[in-house]
Amino acid sequence: MIRVGPEDFDPGRELAALEADGGEAGALVSFLGTVRVRSEGAPILSLTIEHYPGMTERALAAMEREATRRFGLTGSLILHRVGRLKPGARIVLVGVRAPHRAAAFEACAFLTDFLKSRAPFWKKEETPGGARWVGAKASDEAALARWERGA
Amino acid sequence: MKILYFSSVREAIGLAEEEVEVPGHVRTAGDLARWLSGRSEGHARAFADLAHVRAAFDMALCEMDTPLGTAREAAFFPPMTGG
Repeated sequence: MIRVGPEDFDPGRELAALEADGGEAGALVSFLGTVRVRSEGAPILSLTIEHYPGMTERALAAMEREATRRFGLTGSLILHRVGRLKPGARIVLVGVRAPHRAAAFEACAFLTDFLKSRAPFWKKEETPGGARWVGAKASDEAALARWERGA
Repeated sequence: MKILYFSSVREAIGLAEEEVEVPGHVRTAGDLARWLSGRSEGHARAFADLAHVRAAFDMALCEMDTPLGTAREAAFFPPMTGG
């Protein structure tokens, strides 16, 4: 299940629904990403997330299909917020259901790695010194290489 | 053809989207970016270093040497930072 929008979500309720809908799975792993409070020592006043409507949903659905195929998931969800968020606010929730824990951990890492640099989102941080677009890190690409090797 | 810009590319150009008539010699995403860079100083700034620009045709990521083909929409943006 994919949902992209400005609205906040309740992780407890979302994960309970995923748990109930997981079929015969024996594992559920989730990742919750939140807005950091500081960036390179400076307090973050806000984080604005821009996206490419339409392509975002397509890219996330493709990642979800690939994770389901690779790791034998019996259920999954990807929720991602957009717009202007305050420090500490929830940004993203990824949850996966799989028969066993190893596959569930791997699938969650796979999805969060791909979300980072293959879904059309861009983050702009506002600090007292001004606003700046968050740059992609070389480590994000390195994380993807691990999955491409294993394809 | 409809062209969309996001993030720092959008800010450099000062437009979120525009409709353009693409000339015949433009064959790839990179050709399109180089041709668009002639439209204004902002476009030139946005496309000055294509190593830092990503492209999509019809909402699918592509490379700068991907042929335009039958794409009806192109988008240009910096490397993505989701999650």
